[in-house]
Amino acid sequence: MSSDVKFTDFKSDKQPTWCPGCGDFGTMNGMMKALANTGNDPDNTFVVAGIGCSGKIGTYMHSYALHGVHGRALPVGTGVKFANPDLEVMVAGGDGDGYSIGAGHFVHAVRRNPDITYVVMDNRIYGLTKGQASPTSRQDFETSTTPEGPKQPPVNPLALALASGATFIAQSFSSDALRHAEIIEQAIEHDGFGFVNVFSPCVTFNDVDTYDYFRDSLVDLQEEDHDPTDYQSAKEKILEGDKEYMGVIWQDEESVPYHETHGVTENMADIPDGAADGTMDLVREFY
Amino acid sequence: MAEDLNWAIGGEAGDGIDSTGKIFAQALSRAGRHVFTSKDFASRIRGGYTAYKIRTSTEQVQSVVDRLDILVALTQRTIDENLDELHDQSAVIYDGERSWEAEYPEYITGVDVPLKSLAEEAGGAIMRNIVALGAACEITNFAIKNLDEALEKRFGSKGEKIVENNKKAARLGQEYVAENYDLDVDYDLDETDNDYVLLNGDEAIGMGAIAAGCRFYAGYPITPATDVMEYLTGRIDEFGGHVVQAEDELSAINMALGAARAGARSMTATSGPGIDLMTETFGLVATSETPLVIVDVMRSGPSTGMPTKQEQGDLNMTLYGGHGEIPRFVVAPTSIDECFWKTVEAFNYAEKYQTPVYLVADLALAVTEQTFPPEAFDMDEVEVDRGKVVDDDTVGEWLDDEGRFRAHANTDDGVSPRAFPGTIDGAHMSTGLEHDELGRRTEDTNVRIEQVDKRNRKVDTAREQEDWDYREFGDPDADSLVISWGSNEGAMREALGYLDERGIDVRFLSVPYIFPRPDLSEEIAAAETTIVVECNATGQFANLIEHDVLERVERINKYNGVRFKADELADDIEEKLATEAKAQ
Repeated sequence: MSSDVKFTDFKSDKQPTWCPGCGDFGTMNGMMKALANTGNDPDNTFVVAGIGCSGKIGTYMHSYALHGVHGRALPVGTGVKFANPDLEVMVAGGDGDGYSIGAGHFVHAVRRNPDITYVVMDNRIYGLTKGQASPTSRQDFETSTTPEGPKQPPVNPLALALASGATFIAQSFSSDALRHAEIIEQAIEHDGFGFVNVFSPCVTFNDVDTYDYFRDSLVDLQEEDHDPTDYQSAKEKILEGDKEYMGVIWQDEESVPYHETHGVTENMADIPDGAADGTMDLVREFY
Repeated sequence: MAEDLNWAIGGEAGDGIDSTGKIFAQALSRAGRHVFTSKDFASRIRGGYTAYKIRTSTEQVQSVVDRLDILVALTQRTIDENLDELHDQSAVIYDGERSWEAEYPEYITGVDVPLKSLAEEAGGAIMRNIVALGAACEITNFAIKNLDEALEKRFGSKGEKIVENNKKAARLGQEYVAENYDLDVDYDLDETDNDYVLLNGDEAIGMGAIAAGCRFYAGYPITPATDVMEYLTGRIDEFGGHVVQAEDELSAINMALGAARAGARSMTATSGPGIDLMTETFGLVATSETPLVIVDVMRSGPSTGMPTKQEQGDLNMTLYGGHGEIPRFVVAPTSIDECFWKTVEAFNYAEKYQTPVYLVADLALAVTEQTFPPEAFDMDEVEVDRGKVVDDDTVGEWLDDEGRFRAHANTDDGVSPRAFPGTIDGAHMSTGLEHDELGRRTEDTNVRIEQVDKRNRKVDTAREQEDWDYREFGDPDADSLVISWGSNEGAMREALGYLDERGIDVRFLSVPYIFPRPDLSEEIAAAETTIVVECNATGQFANLIEHDVLERVERINKYNGVRFKADELADDIEEKLATEAKAQ
């Protein structure tokens, strides 16, 4: 690939089967733009996704990619990055994938702080299984499996990330193309785990968390002069709960990614044709 | 007296049984003696009965027997637990203040040594086990300088003072016995010129992995597989690798999968309950055609079963686990040195055929230490075959008309090209969904059949290209045939000797390959009686063999949580053959 990579180079020739108007189109376009803008190309990029609507993203993008099983995309992406720190690794998933079945992996990926970008397409509903409550669904949101609403509070993914020691927390909105791409770009450039929760509306099954709703209610932190390196301010914004924000909420400027703290710097694909020099010492150790 | 000596130390978990046993094993190994150890431990950190047994000889030993010659009993229960194995030449070293209250048969020689007070004299009560080792040296006429060396190795990093104190403790134990006892029990632990290494199966697997070029390991601690991770930690780094302790087994196998897709030789290890969890991702590994080595160190199941006890109950799980139909290889080392070599092979199979490979070991192999000449692990013999990896220059052959990489190309041998990320023009997706040659999802009926056949064809190719052989022992012309897999080989090889003494000729085949596996029809047809020996209740391997040869085989199954012992196995086989003869 040449150095003047266009975002369309990250596009595959497969037509998305997402519903017309789905928020995932915008989310993906922003990811591709951000990858191109940060100087990456498909040959050094690895995209991992789980299953569900969000999981299809690897099919529609062009890069090295793995479309795995539900909820396990983060461990896969972590393994990719550890084995070859030169790769740009992006993990994408949905709210069910990330905050329900994969919640445990989310917490541990956050605290490991691998230098990967994690994009969650949060539509607050299970779309591909046709409309059940998700972990971010509102308490009173009526669905086929929760006719009176889940009657339990939604997961606050930003708070979960903060409590787990996140070094980068952002929130974005798929239809605000410019800001969305900018935020993903910042996540990619962050040295460590760049977590972006993206409101990516489901036009088929969620008539509450709609484009209109987010357009009206989202507060852009840029306009509030929020300083993302101010932990106290970030904590208040994440926990206060009465407003929904867009932008980078928290960034630890001192963040050191996992591969640096653990000295994992080599491309592990490079191995000799036989046992490496020094392996006989491993035997001598047992004398 | 016999060259072959059986020594044990037993007490409560937390008494330092394991480290004491290991020190003595190392001392014997340094003296050029063959050593074979076994552990009897409970799933708890403190309390309960735990023992470390050593069998040592100037000849090669590879199993345990029902006999104890020297027993260091830190608790009375230790004597009670081992009473059946004590005989008229046995000596029991004990501290009169702590054990030996009950009446024991007169023929057992008790050697009362004030372990605690002598240890205190040497510098601390903690060294009472070392006092007992010194006493054992005296009873067995074993040169105490070997023990000194083992103590230096063990405590060297803790400073000269600690080493000296331990040496003194050993001397005090030795002198006490020499001054206070004139024993009828008499053993001579001779030294030899042999130069041995002493290691267990888990360590051999870890060493094999590094030798094979494994650079990434993710796992979650579980008995009895944890030693693999502990071995790799701190060692693999020196070769540019890394170990991650994942949050669970699901994460571990997915991390290992990610690393493998990035081009690393990658591995995870667990035991049965962990295999259950990993099975979710196992199908993805196979369908995405990712090379991955998954080690299952079996313990007693099902569920959490008996975590610290021996069993070979997961064979069906590794052969059939996972929904749908999944090509995989299942390789099962039969001895500790084979744990090393089969790990190396497993990585080559995984990459040559782009499949997951189960490396199935069992607790008896994993926790047992055995001596080997270092040449048994000759690193020059290690071959690394990465299979069909394409690079920037060769990727072009595998691009379609539109320049897209055919990562799942439908080839004659079933194996597709593999491009590590970073390869120019090699970008592609892999998925657990059925996919076409480009890795893109499809439900096209013809492509589905093509890809299923392609993946299964790899197994046919491997059957042709590789040597799925067995290891043979005993009399090749005998009418009686015994077949086993896994750790039973050691006990069985030795049982051959006992059977020979009784005039019973047996041909023994030890099979290290479960799938693919050697065709044994000719061997079984040539035998009058075939017996399959395994540590499970239902005869999982025997079932496979019956399925292969369409003939009934006899079975010897042990599933009480304890490995086969050589003498016991000889008795079982003699009895089985006698019953068969009567029936005919």
